[in-house]
Amino acid sequence: MNPDASSIRQNAAGDALPDFRNLGVIARALLAANVFALLAASLRAGDLVSQFIVVAYAIEPVLFASLAALYMGRDVLARLPYAAGVGCTLVLVAALTAAMYFLDAARGQDVGAASLAWRIAYALALTGALAGYFRLRNRAFSPALADARLQALQARIRPHFLFNSLTAVLSLIRRDPPRAEAALEDLAELFRNLMADNRNLSTLAAEIALCRQYLSLEHLRLGERLHVDWRLDPEVEQALVPAMLLQPLVENAVYHGIEPRLAPGMIEIEARRVGDQLRLKLTNPYSAEHQHRQGNRMALANIRERLRLHFDVEASLDAGAAGERYEISIVMPYRTAP
Amino acid sequence: MNPLRVLIVDDEQPARIRLREVLADCSAEVPNLVAGEAANGLEAMEWLSQNPADVALVDIHMPGMSGIEFARHAQILAVPPAVIFVTAHDQYAVAAFEVNALDYLLKPVRATRLREALRKAAGGARVARAALERADSRPRHYFSVAERNRVTLVPVAEVLFLKADQKYVTIRTREREYLIEESLASLEQEFAGILVRIHRNCLVARACIRGFERASGEDSDAGWAVVLEDCPDRLPVSRRQWVQVKTLANG
Repeated sequence: MNPDASSIRQNAAGDALPDFRNLGVIARALLAANVFALLAASLRAGDLVSQFIVVAYAIEPVLFASLAALYMGRDVLARLPYAAGVGCTLVLVAALTAAMYFLDAARGQDVGAASLAWRIAYALALTGALAGYFRLRNRAFSPALADARLQALQARIRPHFLFNSLTAVLSLIRRDPPRAEAALEDLAELFRNLMADNRNLSTLAAEIALCRQYLSLEHLRLGERLHVDWRLDPEVEQALVPAMLLQPLVENAVYHGIEPRLAPGMIEIEARRVGDQLRLKLTNPYSAEHQHRQGNRMALANIRERLRLHFDVEASLDAGAAGERYEISIVMPYRTAP
Repeated sequence: MNPLRVLIVDDEQPARIRLREVLADCSAEVPNLVAGEAANGLEAMEWLSQNPADVALVDIHMPGMSGIEFARHAQILAVPPAVIFVTAHDQYAVAAFEVNALDYLLKPVRATRLREALRKAAGGARVARAALERADSRPRHYFSVAERNRVTLVPVAEVLFLKADQKYVTIRTREREYLIEESLASLEQEFAGILVRIHRNCLVARACIRGFERASGEDSDAGWAVVLEDCPDRLPVSRRQWVQVKTLANG
């Protein structure tokens, strides 16, 4: 890989503007602006509540207008380099502050004590502080992610799976060379994905294709013991999801749900779009006495973390036993590539 | 020399096919023939009760009954096969094997390693029962009962109570009784949490206890007796065990 390419990749995975359409991001911005207003009010002479109302009256219109503008402009801003994106955001906020000021003045309303220059300075300081906060937050997640990625890598390539798959391929070489070739190709593809950077988003269609390759290897080993029922809305295929979201979950389902059973078992994988949400559900047979010694918490924790990084509070993952089946439900915003 | 009769026990079909191939590759140096195949420990015990085998190649990680538990049951046979364990990667089992000096093969199995292990087995090497017990301290899923040249496996979950009687322990299920040659003390230890000691000579399945009543028998002098589900027998609780049994049953 040439040095340029690697630096581009690092940059892409490093600093980025927050997702202005994310509920968590919007809530954090609202909270910060109002705390800022409260602080400003407490510095002014007079009773705190009435001063807060004065400050809020000046701040809120600009705040909502800015958030609305950023909400609409998200895709355009996201395509810019990070520094240009921050610059545009600052210019946008300054422009909206000025516009609100002149609008108020033109309507003959009392524009208060603070001059236009001061207002713009306040707005820029607040925006800059928020940009710094989101950047730090993004970075705080990243080293943990790199660590989690390494751990998850080790946990995901279960040696048990690797060596049993290799044995299965060896058993095919003399009897059925073309099938052995196909199996090795699947194995190579799977490992390429396992070793790839999984901090990016990928399409659900790509995730499903990977799972099918993985499952064809498991079919080779387990034969009739493994049944899989896919229930996919055709329209969800283009949805964006964190890379390597499904495969670790399907692998857990095979390892904990199918392998310990004498009888055949069924894994159900469901993907639906409900309004603005993408809902994934994965279930496998469950029996308390069949639990392996190693838990599956690590894979779940890793996926939860990556969902939080990409979608903040708008994504959730729930897992637990429901009677004879173990169920994992993931809800995240339905989103496609721009 | 007669070829070694080999039984292959593995839950994955490709693994069984592969072992057949590698065994064939070894047959020039160590004559052998695959006498049978089984997909789990139960099938393997069933097969062994009708067919002899010199060697069993046994996967450790199998559903229903682990390879180690299978090896423990197989040792009750009149002429047990030499067991060679095979594992893809089970860090717990491998660590236990190292500690207890048990031999094992790693998957994918190499012909040279298999040849060595077959030679050792042909030379009469057998794994020690105590080493197997130490290698897997988890409770077994079955009791193995030697009956008329065959081994019957009794699921632990079907047992109501165990009663020691001199040299033997009687296993009582809903249907019938079996005799095994094991000590009540070691059974109590192995199945702690599943079986509860209620008397010097008696362990009871905790899940089957329905309640207690005042004993009316001769040897009880008005102590308590355990009432079991689907079982007319009333089992006296000794004074020493009463407090412990009562708290266990309530908790």
